[in-house]
Amino acid sequence: MMDMRRPLRGCAGFLFAVAVAATAFAAQPGFTSMHKPAPEFVRADLSQQPIDLHAYRGQVVLLAFWATWCAPCQLEMPHFVAWQRQYGSKGLQIIAISMDDDAQPVRRLLQQRHVNYPVVMGDVKLAELYGGVMGLPVTFLIDRDGMVAARFKGESNLNLMRNRMLQLLNEH
Amino acid sequence: MRKILTSILPCFVLFICAAPGVWAQHVSANIIPDADRIQPNQLRTMLKSNHAPVVLQVGSHLLFQEAHIPGSRYAGPGSQDSGIEVLQKAVSSLPKDRFIVLYCGCCPWDRCPNVAPAWQRLHEMGYSSVKVLYLPDNFGDDWVTKGYPTERQ
Repeated sequence: MMDMRRPLRGCAGFLFAVAVAATAFAAQPGFTSMHKPAPEFVRADLSQQPIDLHAYRGQVVLLAFWATWCAPCQLEMPHFVAWQRQYGSKGLQIIAISMDDDAQPVRRLLQQRHVNYPVVMGDVKLAELYGGVMGLPVTFLIDRDGMVAARFKGESNLNLMRNRMLQLLNEH
Repeated sequence: MRKILTSILPCFVLFICAAPGVWAQHVSANIIPDADRIQPNQLRTMLKSNHAPVVLQVGSHLLFQEAHIPGSRYAGPGSQDSGIEVLQKAVSSLPKDRFIVLYCGCCPWDRCPNVAPAWQRLHEMGYSSVKVLYLPDNFGDDWVTKGYPTERQ
């Protein structure tokens, strides 16, 4: 009779690998839009201008979830302002989503920091569109075709973020 | 010169004392000793028991609405005077030996502006059994992603 032990061990190993892979993907519940179309939204920014994500097709969008009480977000902000200034003409559009409970501190900070990109007040629905925002900062890079190309959570390496952004800007 | 300094110094001290809102700002969560921290898996076990603590979220209300620990109440933000008032009201009817767990998870632990002021305030009020849920990165990664229970508002 044929020895079945080796093929059985092989199957067990394969099934184990599949289970581990499935667990790894399941370990990030909620956000399933990586390399898929970025969830679209239309919201008014703090100047009451409509911000329609779809309207930015053809540009690279850096979508940043942040808050005034988030220290790592404060560190990112001057870089985002500089990038918008430097790369706006090359097709970069930064949109910030504030997860503050109230607009007043946001307006104050934007004036102090001379922020040069639209800021929208976030809510639960918008956060859930992007897989749930349960810790800040969270930043997405959306390519010119409207696909989510990268996601950065927590205190990110800004050089990595910038390099990925430049890659996307150089893609046509 | 001495006269100028002696006249300015009291004004300076008064200014510092009169600006409590400023000093209520960032107090690092790293001041919370290990003995007053509780790990997520420990809290999860306690929540299933008959001796569950009172759990208070002292961070962002918006993040609380998205997802919070079942049975927890919002009592923040700890980094603001108004949030500390909410916290004080939330515990006002609790006996001083009641086991209370505070948490936030807005940002990495050492960057959180909310838990340390809240923890300090409860100690000042005489609460003797207060722990803070240790979330090294944030609520999403250290609680939700691990499959621990949540509920929404």
